[in-house]
Amino acid sequence: MKQLFIFIKKEFKHVFRDQKTLLLLFGLPIAQILLFGFALTNEIKDSRIVVADYAGDGASQQLIERFRQNDSFVLEQSLLGADDIDEVFKQGIVKLAVVFPEQFEKSLIHEGKAQVQLIADATDPNTATTLTNYAQAIMRDFQVSYLGTASNLQIEVVTRNFYNPELRGTTNFVPGVMALVLLLVCVLMTSVSIVREKELGTMEILLVSPFNPLMVILAKAVPYLILSIINLTVILLLSVFLLDMPINGSIPLLFAVSTLLIMTALSLGLLISNSTNSQQEAMLISLMGMLLPTMMFTGFIFPIENMPVPLQVLSNIIPSKWYYIIVKDVMIKGLGFAAIWKETLILFGMTLFLLVVSIRKFKTRLA
Amino acid sequence: MNNVSLESIAKSFDASKPPAVKDVSFEVSDGELFGLIGPDGAGKTTLFRILTTLLLADEGKAKVAGCDVVKDYKQIRKEVGYMPGKFSLYQDLSVEENLNFFATLFGTTVMENYDLIKDIYVQLEPFKTRRAGKLSGGMKQKLALCCALIHRPKVLFLDEPTTGVDAVSRWEFWEMLKRLKTEGITILVSTPYMDEASLCEKIALIQEGRIMSIDTPMAITAAFPKELFAIKAENMSQLLNSLRDNELVQSVNAFGEYHHITLVKDSGTPDAFTDRLPMAIEWKTIEPTIEDCFIHMMSA
Repeated sequence: MKQLFIFIKKEFKHVFRDQKTLLLLFGLPIAQILLFGFALTNEIKDSRIVVADYAGDGASQQLIERFRQNDSFVLEQSLLGADDIDEVFKQGIVKLAVVFPEQFEKSLIHEGKAQVQLIADATDPNTATTLTNYAQAIMRDFQVSYLGTASNLQIEVVTRNFYNPELRGTTNFVPGVMALVLLLVCVLMTSVSIVREKELGTMEILLVSPFNPLMVILAKAVPYLILSIINLTVILLLSVFLLDMPINGSIPLLFAVSTLLIMTALSLGLLISNSTNSQQEAMLISLMGMLLPTMMFTGFIFPIENMPVPLQVLSNIIPSKWYYIIVKDVMIKGLGFAAIWKETLILFGMTLFLLVVSIRKFKTRLA
Repeated sequence: MNNVSLESIAKSFDASKPPAVKDVSFEVSDGELFGLIGPDGAGKTTLFRILTTLLLADEGKAKVAGCDVVKDYKQIRKEVGYMPGKFSLYQDLSVEENLNFFATLFGTTVMENYDLIKDIYVQLEPFKTRRAGKLSGGMKQKLALCCALIHRPKVLFLDEPTTGVDAVSRWEFWEMLKRLKTEGITILVSTPYMDEASLCEKIALIQEGRIMSIDTPMAITAAFPKELFAIKAENMSQLLNSLRDNELVQSVNAFGEYHHITLVKDSGTPDAFTDRLPMAIEWKTIEPTIEDCFIHMMSA
């Protein structure tokens, strides 16, 4: 017991005395959360639009005013001819143009309908679609208030987005980043730390000692488990207070499943370190082998449902996929354990499997 | 029962290459200072790793402190001290932390066996808060020895402890080993430096995985079959060439200041051919060193 304790203490010293490790351990998660939370979001905010108003009547002015007041748009110019639209699009700043035809108000009142043209810069199709959707929503609202709902009988589709009514990207990204960061950091740290002992030659001394080799694994895992839980807390605090991300479900449950993922990652890290002989090799496998599949198959960047079937099947072996589902359920939907037991069981099975394999692969001799 | 014995040990890493060690048998008695002498790649480290239970031999049996290296490996790991060839302590931990760590790992404390390492540790004491990575080569070696000794092992394995250490520290190190011997610890030490061989009680000369000779250093040098001469001249490289061409000379080896030669005829001296050399020489009869014996056995 005393031996294990001093070993764990030694591991902590390794981490805290190496600024690079420390930076990786705590800098990476914070950087990722901030990056994904602020920079790499697919939300539309402050998009610049132009308006070509050939009508210039009350109705068009009211509608333009609505665009102006909306957070999503910034009205760049409003007095513009149709020919100029092409020109401003080429400059690349403006993403959407709204064109009002002559007699806009008249046809709206007399015929009960009028046309508005939306021209979008579709070089980025996702942005273009989102922008036109936003614009249409504004116009629908305007139509209702201008004409009054009773004036014409039509079926109106009312969409409500549950759990994320504002369609905010962070709700999607935070669980994804949590999965990515926990998995990457844990796998990388553990794999490198065991291989370092091999590379340094200290593994030889550790083996030729009464210390149980399996304890080496335990002693290596405990510090990174603790550090990862601290990491998780930092991520959660950042997302709640900086990104206004709600935690609707039970926080202990969230921590419990996260600890399970950390353990999955630690066992994977141990497996990598048991199969490699240099820190570089371990780092390369951890980074290359983990980063891309985790990004691809977790589901927070590319929806898994849209992938070809073989890739969908492949995604099942990625632990972060299951974790992502669990975290979304717990954090955003506020569901309890009853809703996530299946995914938790899968994750638990993976952990057990990886742990057994890595312990079996752990060599009590050199070759 | 602090002895070590090997019986026909063989180990090969790659079937297509010659084995790393082959048919190695020797015994080390209780409390002996035993040297394994041979050049790099001779198989010293492989033998040490087999004896410290880090590698499994392909053939043969070995016992350390009365325990079989395969069956009772756990017992052996409690009772031996091992200092690998590469400096293998935690570079980012201080001298004190390293020592404490290894003491605790072996279930003991620094205080408990302090008398054993005292002589060595006093030299390290001024640097005890310094990180191991920042120590000089000699200091690192002393720290590694302290860490290997801290649990008072029955058998101590030192794999090339003096490689990369300056001459003064090397002799100091051997002085320490002699003191340890008085504590009754059996010590196996490997070294590529032939001049260190005479400091051991018994040595095994190893070359390409095979033991060429095992005996006391005295007995090995005494067994040198020929009379050995040291020859010196102004132009040493020219002398070397003309000696090599000389049919009366059996072997020539450059040894720093002198060339060491043996003659074909048992009773002759270099006087027999001095007149045929293009330069004036100076010669004397010398006692063979371990290195002379080693080179002789290699070519035999």
